[in-house]
Amino acid sequence: MLNPISVAFKKAKAEKRPALLTYTVAGDSSKKQSLDILKSISKNADILEVGVPHNTPVADGSQIQTSAYRAIKKGIKLKNIFKIVSDFKKFDKSKPIILMGYYNMIFQYGDNNFLNKCKTSGVNGLIVVDLPWPENKNFAKKCKKKSIYFIQLLSPTTTSKRLKKIIQNSHPMNYFISMLSTTGGKLKVSPREILKNYNRIKKINPKKEIVIGFGITDKTIGKLKSADGLVVGSAICKEITRSLNSRQNPVTNVGKLVRKLKNKIK
Amino acid sequence: MKLKKRVPVIDQGNSLGFWGGKFGGNFVPETLKKPIEDLEVLFNKLKKDKKFINERDKYFKNWVGSPTRFIKLENLTNHIGGAQIWSKVVSDANGGAHKIYNATVHCLLAKRSGKKIICGDTGAGYAGKMLSMAAKKFGLKCKIFMGAKDIARQKPNVKAMKKNGAEVIPVYSGSQTLVDAVSECMRFWVANCDTTAMCVGSTVGPAVFVRICGWSTSQISRELKVQLIDEFGAIPKKLKLYNCVGGGSSSFGFWNEFMDYDKRQVEFIGVEAGGPKKSKKHAAPLTYGSKIGILHGAAQYVNQNSDGQIEETESISAGLDYPGISPLHCFLKDTKRARYTAASDEEALTAYKLVTKFEKLRPSLEPSHAFFVALKEAKKLSKNTVVVINSCGDAYKDRGILEERLGKKYVKSN
Repeated sequence: MLNPISVAFKKAKAEKRPALLTYTVAGDSSKKQSLDILKSISKNADILEVGVPHNTPVADGSQIQTSAYRAIKKGIKLKNIFKIVSDFKKFDKSKPIILMGYYNMIFQYGDNNFLNKCKTSGVNGLIVVDLPWPENKNFAKKCKKKSIYFIQLLSPTTTSKRLKKIIQNSHPMNYFISMLSTTGGKLKVSPREILKNYNRIKKINPKKEIVIGFGITDKTIGKLKSADGLVVGSAICKEITRSLNSRQNPVTNVGKLVRKLKNKIK
Repeated sequence: MKLKKRVPVIDQGNSLGFWGGKFGGNFVPETLKKPIEDLEVLFNKLKKDKKFINERDKYFKNWVGSPTRFIKLENLTNHIGGAQIWSKVVSDANGGAHKIYNATVHCLLAKRSGKKIICGDTGAGYAGKMLSMAAKKFGLKCKIFMGAKDIARQKPNVKAMKKNGAEVIPVYSGSQTLVDAVSECMRFWVANCDTTAMCVGSTVGPAVFVRICGWSTSQISRELKVQLIDEFGAIPKKLKLYNCVGGGSSSFGFWNEFMDYDKRQVEFIGVEAGGPKKSKKHAAPLTYGSKIGILHGAAQYVNQNSDGQIEETESISAGLDYPGISPLHCFLKDTKRARYTAASDEEALTAYKLVTKFEKLRPSLEPSHAFFVALKEAKKLSKNTVVVINSCGDAYKDRGILEERLGKKYVKSN
């Protein structure tokens, strides 16, 4: 059976648009609300990235830190996160889910235990921010055995030689970090420049799906339409924070934002 | 797990940067892979380059002030009535602590790589103060990340950093201490690694930073070895080296040159921060059996919960208030080359009072932890045992805390 992530890319291609990937933090601002948010955006998002909050994140900007802090303060645990995923899958079985987090939490759970739990709850892919190539070789192999995509990160600082090696060893989907930044930084490079780098990567193996993330908002997403997929994370976390601060419902507001994002890339 | 002889410990990691196959490594975002590799190439080349070593030694001698004193604490020796008690007064170094060695080397490396800005983290403020001094000396712009809680409790060092022209950036996330400062500094580097060099303030972080820091602070034991031979004609038959351990930079540097000696001749004792007596929180992962986890790019023993969230620490000493510990020390612990124990906040204060009562020496709260254990153990040791405590920081920065805990007159009388 084809991984639902690949199905999602096929579907988006058939509609001549990039896949829309969203990132929200599990447990933000509560377990129930984060599940409701996933449900409300699943109509317009093609792939859902679910953040596993960690309290010493070395690559996240302030928006995602704020969301993660809110979730941890409410006591979110890994077991709750798996529950959120399996509950969501009961609601929409075919929508792919990618967990994104830091390696220590997987390491403490045990690689195999963690992957078994991913499998039974319905996780389709993993992004581990601080487990780069080649350190991730073994773990990526274990993912493959479970038919879970291990998604490699590529950055503007990744050398050409390294890019080739990583892509050669990669699963069907990879993630290109648009610029030198933590998540949610202001887009400090032009979309043209980002796409130039993206195309350089794409050429290495056109069959691999490459998504672009970091710094993408409803203002910039339209200019990056030619990519296989686009990830919006911090802008959504920011909307949750804004909604909470103004005593509005984050579920409806985030739903609206994601619909707007989708319309921009149609 | 085995310690090799005649190979510097900093070079005993495997090709992925793991000591003993499991401590250290490079758990970093992809963006940092290239800058870290560049730094590795540069450091590996320069540490064998005679010209670079001469340059380092020139700055250590003329600017840092080398060697720092090695003195006998006669009054304390008489008062305790056991082993001979000596101290290596590393706080003599320019700026008042061992952090100057690592800061100097990082600035020299930054200059060689053509970077114009250097960023660094700090807990007690020493790493930041020294980096700001070195940056000024070598004409680099300097940004220091420091937890908001530490800024409030280590004011004299903050003032010094600003005076040296550094920008001090308060970190409000998490516990607002060293652990968050290191995270924020790494995040800053992720976003600015094309223009900026990073200095990690201790023997922690991705493997190359552990190595650079250990290589730099080893100046302490190079000096001590010469001083011991000058004093005793040879390395004493029974030598015990006590040092506080937070991240582990001063202790590693204090021990490195003695690594190949049998531990029955030269014993290493690392003293971690046990925190307040009544609190369950501590900063002593080695003493209290914390599990291996990943923090700031390296696998190490670290205080964490069962889910892998890093736990908050508590210690009177900002410089030791860190949930993890250098991979080098994890390696020394598991190979049983060094022994680790902890002293509480109250015990450190007791030791501070005792040392300042008998000697013209004013160790900061960090080495006061080591003094406590050393003085306690020295009592039971023979007269021919030589106990040396690294007094790696000066208490000037702790004025506020000492005044609050021990009363005004105590601080003034010193």
